[in-house]
Amino acid sequence: MWTVVACLIPPLLLSVFVFGIQVLFITAVSVMSCVAVEAVSQKLLGRRVTVRDGSAVITGMLLAFVIPPGVSPLLPLLGAIMAIYIGKHILGGIGYNIFNPALLGRSFLLASFPVAMTSAWLPPLKNMAIFSYLGDSVNAVTTATPLAVMKEQGIAAFTELFGSGASLYGTFFLGWRPGCIGETSGFLLVLGGLYLLYRGYITWHIPVSVLGSIALLSWIFGGESYFSGDPLLAILSGGALLGAFYMANDYVTCPTNKISQLVYGVGIGILTVMIRLKGGYPEGICYAILLMNPLSPVLDGWFKPRRFAPPLGGGR
Amino acid sequence: MISLLTFPKGGVHPPDAKAQTSELSIELMPVPDELEIILGQHIGAPCTPTVAKRGEIQEGEIIGEVKKGLGVPLHAPVAGKIKDLGMSVHPMRVSAPSITITVNHAAEPRQYQAGEWQANDPKELLARVHAAGIIGIGGAGFPTHVKLSPPPDNPIDTLLLNGAECEPYITSDHRQMLEHAAEIVEGAKIILRILGIKQCNIGIESNKPDAILAMTEAARAGSTAEYSLTVNALQVKYPQGSEKQLIQAITGRKVPAMALPSAVGVVVHNVSTARAIRDAVVFGKPLYEKVVTIAGKGIARPANLLVKVGTKIGDIVNYLGGLKPDLAKIIMGGPMMGFAVSSLDIPVTKTTSAILFLTEEEIDTTPHSPCIRCGWCLEACPMGLEPKEIAIYVEANRPEDTAQFGVFECFECGSCAYVCPAKRPLVQFVRLAKMKAKR
Ligand code: SF4
Ligand code: SF4
Repeated sequence: MWTVVACLIPPLLLSVFVFGIQVLFITAVSVMSCVAVEAVSQKLLGRRVTVRDGSAVITGMLLAFVIPPGVSPLLPLLGAIMAIYIGKHILGGIGYNIFNPALLGRSFLLASFPVAMTSAWLPPLKNMAIFSYLGDSVNAVTTATPLAVMKEQGIAAFTELFGSGASLYGTFFLGWRPGCIGETSGFLLVLGGLYLLYRGYITWHIPVSVLGSIALLSWIFGGESYFSGDPLLAILSGGALLGAFYMANDYVTCPTNKISQLVYGVGIGILTVMIRLKGGYPEGICYAILLMNPLSPVLDGWFKPRRFAPPLGGGR
Repeated sequence: MISLLTFPKGGVHPPDAKAQTSELSIELMPVPDELEIILGQHIGAPCTPTVAKRGEIQEGEIIGEVKKGLGVPLHAPVAGKIKDLGMSVHPMRVSAPSITITVNHAAEPRQYQAGEWQANDPKELLARVHAAGIIGIGGAGFPTHVKLSPPPDNPIDTLLLNGAECEPYITSDHRQMLEHAAEIVEGAKIILRILGIKQCNIGIESNKPDAILAMTEAARAGSTAEYSLTVNALQVKYPQGSEKQLIQAITGRKVPAMALPSAVGVVVHNVSTARAIRDAVVFGKPLYEKVVTIAGKGIARPANLLVKVGTKIGDIVNYLGGLKPDLAKIIMGGPMMGFAVSSLDIPVTKTTSAILFLTEEEIDTTPHSPCIRCGWCLEACPMGLEPKEIAIYVEANRPEDTAQFGVFECFECGSCAYVCPAKRPLVQFVRLAKMKAKR
């Protein structure tokens, strides 16, 4: 568990340089509220207090990672209550919760504070002036995320704002673009994800199937005509990488069987692209994962691990 | 370097912890004053005593017999006097009927005469194996003569000797392969003659290069026109020594679910069982002595001991200089498949291959928590079962519904529990499920 936390720290630090020091504050509020809410919920419900296992810390970090950097610290606090108390402990308890708590927290915030959650984006800072947003009123500086621009203003406006070609991929890969706190740096997210793979904490099945299907479908349907979309951009924008490596993979809410995991990943990919292109929101991976979560046990019921050898004469 | 054989699905790599005893030669432990011999040493009905209280007995004399079923006779490990026919603490069951013998230290150890076997009728050799009370020493204690008479509709072509010894800590087979390689090979040839086949493969994990060397040499020396013996080096991976996994690693054949190895033409015996068979057939010596690895940080002196069946743990502890104060758990067998025991009065049986005295630092005492559905147990299970589901169903009080997850194919290797990050006692859940689901 603490290894995952360690993997989430570099993207967080980068985010501080991109969006300013208040990112750290929001994350701290989120983590501390998650831990506190977990302890209190477990006490209230008469269960063993397990905050030392680090899972509440991860949920706290992930929750902060999927909210915009310019919001009020009240939001992560409320999100934490929703994520941990309702999402984790009321809807099942450790190991039995159906939905990814962090994403449940985020969707709750999105429903309750639609304005803040969809407009408190900050443009990346120039010259690492990490304290510059502190005094300003947030509204003075807000901007729009790349996916929103693309969706609402079209590809031309997008290219004007964010450039094109290699320099575009470069900025996006490193993380110098507007977005949620932790989703911007493709490079650091992938690096952390690869480390988790290397250590055996996660396997390739979910990230590859999620990202692969997002890339493929965006290439086919994401452009002005068929087969003209930009698969690389689709993966680098929004929360695709964060979702694929850190959220869709959540042990408790994803299927356990490798084949089910592939199906599940592809399902998330399809839903993400559908929401991005046709739905009401510019980004869809959060809802895609939440929609697939309850299917995990169903998929595990369909696809069974391969037994050592069948019994003689067939049958069970 | 030749590639090492292994099984493809599942498996884990626990630290092997064998260095503590792998260099220690087998040492003869002096016979204690009293032995307690459990009547149910093997699978199936326990023996009934054939001796009376206060009767005198000689070393090697039959003291118990099974009237019906699979059983084998039980022999007196020493000369002495029957002190009691009573109950004793049993390693797995709470208590079991037993025979207590007061040892006569004045009696000379019995000498056995070597005899011929090369030209004898296989049936007669088989009878000698049965008469000597041989059971599968490495595992559950299945009567050996039954394994040696496979059903006629399953022609056997290969004998596998299991020298994998994949359980951590245990080195008793390792030492026997080093010190008694020729005897093991002779035992293998006797088995080949009984089965009427030629080919024997001996599987040894590659963390025992000296044993591989010794056995390869002995196998070469022992191979003739009639008998062909080969040593196969195996990858170090638990549970390499499990029958089905070993068969797949060496022959590539898959034993069907709920079937015996004979279904794919294979018979598997432990190396130490082969040695016992040799003693039985060549010398007519019954099985009443065992090489037992005594290890762990909780015992004053670790050792590989040759003890009489019926020696109590407490006597072994005294002989080895006592227990350390930080002892936390005593396990009979290996840490993966063994049983924790709570009394020093428990005696060694024919199937005891190790007694471990583990301290706090060697065991994990974190309490177990709910399953987080990580799926690691599915990856680890060599049989492709779903231990997490079995456990959840047992917790939900529905053990009768666990057959769909393969509970009866589980051979309780413990790989799943070993990897479980929530420390769930998955094997205990499986055992519960098996007990309840049967009814
Ligand atoms: S379920 Fe049984 S066979 Fe599978 S790993 Fe667990 S103990 Fe071993
Ligand atoms: S390894 Fe343990 S926590 Fe993970 S799925 Fe299996 S039982 Fe659950």
